Amino acid sequence: MHSFTKDQSPWIPNGQAGVMSLLRPLLLDVVPTIQQTAALALGRLANYNNDLAEAVVKGDILPQLVYSLAEQNRFYKKAAAFVLRAVGKHSPQLAQAIVDCGALDTLVICLEDFDPGVKEAAAWALGYIARHNAELSQAVVDAGAVPLLVLCIQEPEIALKRVAASALSDISKHSPELAQTVVDVGAIAHLAQMILNPDSKLKHQVLSALSQIAKHSVDLAEMVVEAEIFPVVLTCLKDKDEYVKKNASTLIREIAKHTPELSQLIVNAGGVAAVIDCIGSCKGNIRLPGIMMLGYVAAHSENLAMAVIISKGVPQLSVCLSEEPEDHIKAAAAWALGQIGRHTPEHARAVAVTNTLPVLLSLYMSTESSEDLQVKSKKAIKNILQKCTYLPALEPFLYDAPPNILKHVVGQFSKVLPHDSKARRLFVTSGGLKKIQEIKAEPESLLQEYINSINNCYPEEIVRYYSPGYSDTLLQRVDSYQPITN
Amino acid sequence: MATLARLQARATFLAHQYYFRSRHLHRVATTIQKWWRSYLGRQQYQVVVKLASCAMKMNLYNAMAVRIQRRWRGYRIRKYCFNYFYLKEYLRAVSETNDAIREALEEFAEMKEREEKKADLEREEKKRDYQARKMHYLLSTKQIPGIYNSPFRKDPDPWELRLQKAKPLTCHRPKVKQKRYISLSSWLACTSARSFPRSEILPPIDRKRCQGPFRDITEVLEQRYKPLEPTLRVAEPIDELKVAREELRRQEWMRNVNDNMFLPFSSHHKNKKYIPLMHSSSKYGPNSYGSQHFRDENPRKWICDKDFQTVLPSFDLFSKYGKSYSKAGQII
Repeated sequence: MHSFTKDQSPWIPNGQAGVMSLLRPLLLDVVPTIQQTAALALGRLANYNNDLAEAVVKGDILPQLVYSLAEQNRFYKKAAAFVLRAVGKHSPQLAQAIVDCGALDTLVICLEDFDPGVKEAAAWALGYIARHNAELSQAVVDAGAVPLLVLCIQEPEIALKRVAASALSDISKHSPELAQTVVDVGAIAHLAQMILNPDSKLKHQVLSALSQIAKHSVDLAEMVVEAEIFPVVLTCLKDKDEYVKKNASTLIREIAKHTPELSQLIVNAGGVAAVIDCIGSCKGNIRLPGIMMLGYVAAHSENLAMAVIISKGVPQLSVCLSEEPEDHIKAAAAWALGQIGRHTPEHARAVAVTNTLPVLLSLYMSTESSEDLQVKSKKAIKNILQKCTYLPALEPFLYDAPPNILKHVVGQFSKVLPHDSKARRLFVTSGGLKKIQEIKAEPESLLQEYINSINNCYPEEIVRYYSPGYSDTLLQRVDSYQPITN
Repeated sequence: MATLARLQARATFLAHQYYFRSRHLHRVATTIQKWWRSYLGRQQYQVVVKLASCAMKMNLYNAMAVRIQRRWRGYRIRKYCFNYFYLKEYLRAVSETNDAIREALEEFAEMKEREEKKADLEREEKKRDYQARKMHYLLSTKQIPGIYNSPFRKDPDPWELRLQKAKPLTCHRPKVKQKRYISLSSWLACTSARSFPRSEILPPIDRKRCQGPFRDITEVLEQRYKPLEPTLRVAEPIDELKVAREELRRQEWMRNVNDNMFLPFSSHHKNKKYIPLMHSSSKYGPNSYGSQHFRDENPRKWICDKDFQTVLPSFDLFSKYGKSYSKAGQII
């Protein structure tokens, strides 16, 4: 009978109700092996899809499971916790049903069990329940699970540590109060110690837990930093596993985004160079947190932006901008470049020298880019252009920019040209003056003022020479000229 | 009009007369006024000069103060607000730290790679060793050269040397001990023979005989391994009645196909839902006045705050109200 039920689980089920009513009496069977196998079969069925999990809940099996969870042996406990996990992972309503039948207290009791397998199953179930929303997390915390989870983290078994770290991460991600509850139990110190562990799945969960804690407020981020994670976290950026790199850069990003002092701390520890190398070594979505981190650091102040520039961040970001296929990563890179270049002319020059401005312009103009990308690249271009005095980078803009950007470009020229004679010469020889004359502007607009101020820098003959239609006027003069015949 | 002209002529004539008459007085008066005016003018001039000199001095002081302030402002901004050299130093230090971190991370990555390679090599070695131990029978003997020691080769294959070094593998694996599951709650199980440790080392043969008459060994063992006979009170749990009821309920739950109670047909018609009185089923619950107390309680009308005292005991008859009548009267 129990082998029959075990074999049933991989089948695509129809007629779920029949299965539940068959399995229910088996749960109360005298032979313990049959009970365990029945529970295991239920767990596998519930794991498979949402409807089966709902059928398990409707079949009124959960109270029986919860009742016997308190009494039976460890194999049954593991199987019952597996059923609860499988039911709870699909949706918040099912998780709420599990909480309503009083399973949380029994699961917390299971967390105190001797057997590490039982603890792992209970911690996994609690983590899946707490994952959905803040109320369920609060219910898990109210049942007193958090101190026991922190004890579980200190156990020697790696699988148990992984699951406990992932449960803590799921609890603390919803709100600052929940994160504070986790911190109050002293979880940060243990999590920080486990960063040194060589197992990559464990590191992945631990870094995720720390970043969920640090993201809520400045105080929490400071507490995470006080646990002395720098510079150890930077070694995680060199790990072979992609997800460890991603979570490590997420953690650094969450710390850097709060205040300039925290960003300064990261820069002083050499974090920027490590993140830039990490961006260079991976592709796709893994890069995204690192790019955002550079943007946040550069946004705080111009000294930090200069620090990003001298760590060779700008070439890396422009490489990301041009070669990534996804729009949201490009948008993040455009935003980061805008934050770096907007402070002073030095910064704008550093960005413009790498030839990223034409790329940004093409992204803004192209119809295939998403709206978010267009908005971000436009803002970045505007911010950089308002400070840019590096004329060779500005000249291509005269030719293919749309009118709203052209206004800023011409404005920059009008600021720089009156003071620099070499630049004036270069402007004329490269054909910029010709292009300026061809621009049509409304008589009283800002653009016309800029054009006038540029024209005032040059002698009148040259301006007339380059104005459109000059060759026609010359030919007209030839036509009307009467040679002096002797 | 004519009078006015005549008056004017007369006035001028009189003035001239007056003037010619008192030339000397005029001269004297003019001199006095002249000296007085010059005195006033000199005073005024002194005031003007004083003001001008004060203004000049103040201008000089202001100009000098501005010079000092200019130098101070420049110094302050350069030293405290935006120290260019400090910034350059800081950026240089940051780039040095970056380089150091990059080197350290490279070293770390290299070390990790080396460790991985070493682990891989060791795994390969172990595998090959295991293979060699399994294939030990392919070793070449004096009479017959093995397959790895072909006579046409100059020197034997490395596998041959490995086979020489390997220890032969026995096919018997140590039996995995079956761990019997013993629940901690069954006390009887821990009196079984396995739960007491038996020593592995046998006692020495030539030991001194212990002194004294000893009990029979079978009796001793019987006493030691006597099973527990708990009293009836201890043997049954406290809430065994409740547990038994639960057990019964679970049995029924297990056996029941349908959870609804089977009702006798005589109650079949009693399927109307009870509709309570509107007076007694208000939104806030039935009014307790009339069913639980008959005394209207209005604290504002109370004369004093002491309750009624029972001076005379109540009638015995009323305490037996409803209890002394028969059940058939349906009063209870």
